[in-house]
Amino acid sequence: MKKIFLIFGLALLVQITHAQNVGLLNKQGLEDMLNKTGDTIYVINFWATWCSPCIEEIGFFQELHQAYEGKPVHVILINLDFPNQLEKRVIPFLKEKEITAEVLSMTELDYNAWIPIVEKDWSGAIPATLILRDEEKKFIPREISRKELFALVENISIN
Amino acid sequence: MKKLVFTGLFLIGLATMASAQLKPGDKAVPFNLKNVDSEWVSLDDYNDKKGVIVVFTCNPCPFSKAYEQRIIKLHKKYAQIGYPVVAINPNDEKVSPDDTFKKMQARAEEREFPFPYLKDETQDIYKAYGATRTPHVFLLTNDQGTFRVAYIGAIDNNAMEERSVSERYVEQAIQALENGKKVEPDVVKAIGCTIKTRG
Repeated sequence: MKKIFLIFGLALLVQITHAQNVGLLNKQGLEDMLNKTGDTIYVINFWATWCSPCIEEIGFFQELHQAYEGKPVHVILINLDFPNQLEKRVIPFLKEKEITAEVLSMTELDYNAWIPIVEKDWSGAIPATLILRDEEKKFIPREISRKELFALVENISIN
Repeated sequence: MKKLVFTGLFLIGLATMASAQLKPGDKAVPFNLKNVDSEWVSLDDYNDKKGVIVVFTCNPCPFSKAYEQRIIKLHKKYAQIGYPVVAINPNDEKVSPDDTFKKMQARAEEREFPFPYLKDETQDIYKAYGATRTPHVFLLTNDQGTFRVAYIGAIDNNAMEERSVSERYVEQAIQALENGKKVEPDVVKAIGCTIKTRG
């Protein structure tokens, strides 16, 4: 009986991740993401549909994603709506805004378990953006302008 | 020169005041705010209680909504042993139109809040407490007629799913107070929306 539930659960999970094109991220996944080495620049933005400054800036990240297509710049939008809002709010929002950059839904709901992994002193307030390449790290715990975002990525890729 | 030093000291003083944030053990800041029933509620009204669970919260924030029933349960469970809830809405209604006094009244009525839901109209109170989130709890304990801060932070460790909660910080703090034990942890980062202000 348990097995049936498991299979059903997995099928549901696969369907959710596939159909919505939003992946799931847990604490371990976040740790792995932040510890990646190599030349790729990771631009990681923490956002939610209920956060109006996040929504104002999300288009800049999509633009960045398109501008650097084929280059080693990886834009990841980590969504902090509750996971049960994916179908109802997050996916429709992404469709409406035509977001094609990678979106991951945070499934670790004990936020205090993962906030310090991102940055020790971060309050967890969003929006917040992390730009990473190898050992280099730039954390912006506030809104970001289009100009600032592009300049930061440009600078880190020249270095 | 003297003038400069004084000005310097004054400015440092101001800066310290601006970032004032209560810590566990500090004296609580008194307040007198308008409740959704249009009566005024002050901290002094609770002098005969063992403590007060002050919760800064609001109408639209998904974290506040997720915690709404849990805040009601906290009140129902702990008011009878002397720790009632007082909810305070700190948001500027110009920035957050869902937090007008009228909408607060509607919410309190619809959800049958068994506790006061006060409007921090001037936003002085949340700043004096150092609240940064909704919801953000300040558990106060009545230390022989003086309210002191016993715990600051999150209600528990899982906003979305009550059934997955493994740490009930506020309840654990009250239990510790009741048993004459040290409250531990006495600060846990509150998770929620930022408080909406024009500065």
